[in-house]
Amino acid sequence: MTTPIKVNRIGLEPQVYKGGKTTLCAGCGHNAISERIIDAFYEMGVNPAQVIKLSGIGCSSKSPAYFLGSSHGFNAVHGRMPSVGTGAMLANHKLIAIGVSGDGDTGAIGIGQFVHLMRRNLPIIYIIEDNGCYGLTKGQFSPTADLGSKLKTGVVNDLPPIDTCALAVELGATFVGRSFSGDKKQLLSLLKAALAHRGTVMLDVISPCVTFNDHEGSTKSYAYAKDHDDPVEDMTFVPFFEDISVDYAPGSAQEVTMHDGSKLILKKLEEDYDATDKIGALKRLHETARRGEFATGLIYIEPDRDDFLTQLNVVDEPLATLPLERVRPGKEALEEIMEGLR
Amino acid sequence: MSPTDQAVQEQQAAGKSQRVVNDFSIQIATVNGSGSQTANMVLLRSVLLMGVPVSGKNMFPSNIAGLPTWYTIRASKHGYIGRKKEVDFLVAMNPETAKEDVLTLEPGAAVVYDEPLKLNALRSDLIFYPVPFDALVKPVCPDAKLRRLVRNMIYDGILANLLGIDLSLMEKALGKQLGKKAKAVTLNAGALKAGFDYAAATFTKQDPYVIETMNKTAGKILIEGNAAAAIGCMMAGVTVVAWYPITPSSSLCESLITYMKKYRVDKTTGKATFAIVQAEDEIASLGMVIGASWAGARSMTATAGPGISLMGEFAGLAYYAETPAVIFDVQRVGPSTGLPTRTAQGDLIQAAFLSHGDTKHLMLFPSSVEESYTMAMEAFDLAELFQTPVFVMMDLDLGMNNWMSEAFTYPTTPINRGKMLTPAKLNELGATWGRYKDVDGDGIPYRTIPGDGLPAYFTRGSGHNAKGQYSERPDDYVENMDRLSRKFETARAHVPKPAVQSNPKAKIGFIAYGTSDYATEESRDQLREETKVETSYFRLRGYPFNQELSAFVDAHDRLYVIEQNRDAQLLQLMKLELAPDQQKKLRSVLHYNGLPIDARSITDDVLAQEGYEVAKKQTVRMSAGTAGGE
Repeated sequence: MTTPIKVNRIGLEPQVYKGGKTTLCAGCGHNAISERIIDAFYEMGVNPAQVIKLSGIGCSSKSPAYFLGSSHGFNAVHGRMPSVGTGAMLANHKLIAIGVSGDGDTGAIGIGQFVHLMRRNLPIIYIIEDNGCYGLTKGQFSPTADLGSKLKTGVVNDLPPIDTCALAVELGATFVGRSFSGDKKQLLSLLKAALAHRGTVMLDVISPCVTFNDHEGSTKSYAYAKDHDDPVEDMTFVPFFEDISVDYAPGSAQEVTMHDGSKLILKKLEEDYDATDKIGALKRLHETARRGEFATGLIYIEPDRDDFLTQLNVVDEPLATLPLERVRPGKEALEEIMEGLR
Repeated sequence: MSPTDQAVQEQQAAGKSQRVVNDFSIQIATVNGSGSQTANMVLLRSVLLMGVPVSGKNMFPSNIAGLPTWYTIRASKHGYIGRKKEVDFLVAMNPETAKEDVLTLEPGAAVVYDEPLKLNALRSDLIFYPVPFDALVKPVCPDAKLRRLVRNMIYDGILANLLGIDLSLMEKALGKQLGKKAKAVTLNAGALKAGFDYAAATFTKQDPYVIETMNKTAGKILIEGNAAAAIGCMMAGVTVVAWYPITPSSSLCESLITYMKKYRVDKTTGKATFAIVQAEDEIASLGMVIGASWAGARSMTATAGPGISLMGEFAGLAYYAETPAVIFDVQRVGPSTGLPTRTAQGDLIQAAFLSHGDTKHLMLFPSSVEESYTMAMEAFDLAELFQTPVFVMMDLDLGMNNWMSEAFTYPTTPINRGKMLTPAKLNELGATWGRYKDVDGDGIPYRTIPGDGLPAYFTRGSGHNAKGQYSERPDDYVENMDRLSRKFETARAHVPKPAVQSNPKAKIGFIAYGTSDYATEESRDQLREETKVETSYFRLRGYPFNQELSAFVDAHDRLYVIEQNRDAQLLQLMKLELAPDQQKKLRSVLHYNGLPIDARSITDDVLAQEGYEVAKKQTVRMSAGTAGGE
């Protein structure tokens, strides 16, 4: 007797969501993130033919080759993936964009494009695989390295880090989260919620570099991340296509309805946290950072703001494939223009 | 006939022969931001309405208000619309430059000036018409705050009277310029009339310059190259535009926004069939263009030299990953910030090889507003046909100045989207399809786009094989680079062919491109008329070079390559491809002072190189530098 093949809600097997064999180091946090992406897209029943994967340059940016092998991918230039992603989404707003960047790709060379991506609220899931160092060039510090963090060579970082989450909240991203590559449950929930959101999703995922930044004295190591992870809430994601009710005592959780009708149940932990409060989110990020910890979970969400493509008021069909008669005005239009110039 | 009558007749005949009809240039010196642009456009258009071929060139500072600006209008019954080196008629409105403006005129020139400047004391060999502008503007413009702007319209009225321009045509031009702003039209029409009446009552015509009705402009339009290119882009079906403001290209995208909002918004839904984004810089602009074209949109950007420099890395990605991109380079004077509001053709070599590694690009060279329109459309077809960036090499003179042109004709062919894979083609190719596989032998592969349901591939700027997979294998790299070369060779036959005028008697061949065309044509006439030197003319319209270039070089003894840059950039590009004996024939005519090239400069330079004695002409005007913002 054969076991029935497992398929998701659109009838696709898990295999369809896998990618090529990874060439990253064994134990690299990035591989765990790729696995969660595969799980999230499979479980949410996303059609891979509608997905575009984008990345910049660096170890992180190689990873789109290792998930969703049947989707189009674009490994662009260093720090400039946001613009390529923006262009692609302008061309076809029916696509689902996932971009993978790194802490150097985002925080250093790409900070300008990162800033403007967040401002525009383009529909895209933007993931920073954050290990605090440049792995592909053998371990130099990146701008997210914490003050006092130590390199394997003994060099100590004496500059303050860029907090990409605080920056994203400040700049106008409408879904900002932080997680840890080792926290399967939280990361998967965040990714699934990200797929339900329409707007810019910024996820900073602490993803230790086993080769160059996983030693004692590093603040981006597995051990450090496990000990200093400070979740802001206990998150349950309920997709729109699942009829599940989650029980919680009144006042003990915040319920957020997503763009596609999915629900996020954010159960309060020891202190009250309101993920829709921008100032509260920034306060919490700063407070945990001051304690040497990092806040994780859904830091900030603004589910209703118009995304960039809605603001541009483009036609419902993808611009890329509009027929000639819709993109070339008629003869009378040219004649009218010419008459105005005589 | 009495002797006296005869003498009078002779006098009249002499007077008549001295009249200069429809063949002179007017320069208007004003202060930037004083509303002079409206007055200048009205003057320009009224000459056009008189049926006289005309062109207008704005020489302006990199500044919003307060610095000197000059506008030159050339009327030419012969249809020469390049810059004329000499100024025949000056309108001196700017106290700061008035003295130098007057001192650099040729003897016999006429000057309309603001009376308090007392310019008539400076020279005795000019014809002066003093005008009390402040006194004239007061009664026609009661609102003191508006007087500064309306004041300039008075010189149009003065000129209408002195030059013989029909005042009603000037009023018509005013209406066209100000459109629906009825109050402004009335106010300015009053100023026109005040100027006209003052001149009629005060001056006796002493200068020879006259505009007389002709019939050479029927149906013609006046338009800037940037606006013409914008119309071409719209007709080419552009859907995604990303840009960053930079002089002199901004008005291309701004015109495009205006036209698209009018003609490319769905009438029933009110939704746009386009997306235009002002990006954070030129790097992001090209990134967006590449992302959009990769996802199947016809996309473009427009910039100038500094933006081209920033786009280097992305240009290499587009070349290597093979994504279409249309990039307008409205060239200005470099290096660095250079002279942001002056014209040049200095970006050829930069654009041809933009980016590191072995990279080369297609270029188009429009020389007219009409070609700005047609080549915009060609650029999109070529970019998609060859899946590569196409640079449309305009310049400030073409892009920002007003040019007279035949009305543009509606495109007769559909757009060509190149080798887009279809399900049928995929069936036919079967397993032989690979994103970068040359199945047709022309170097051009078939592409798919996200969302089309056809096989996906991973696009990258890193090494890849014919299937688009990551590869560092030496054979994969060489095979791919050689195919890219093959594709470039294929392009030779597809980029626009040159416009060649062969003269079998000519030993000299001229080679020029872009806006040098007008001065080049006029110079050929000067050479023929003044020294009986015959020339042939090859106007380059596309790069890589077609086969015609080598044949033209072979057919002549000496080739003058006429360019608006210091380093003979086209000549250098030619040297890379021509044989050593062909290279020996090449000479340069270079013009790079920021002003549009003029025929006299070319003629004198060629004659000097041909061994003729050439008298040193007047020095270049506008030596006074202007400081200002970017």
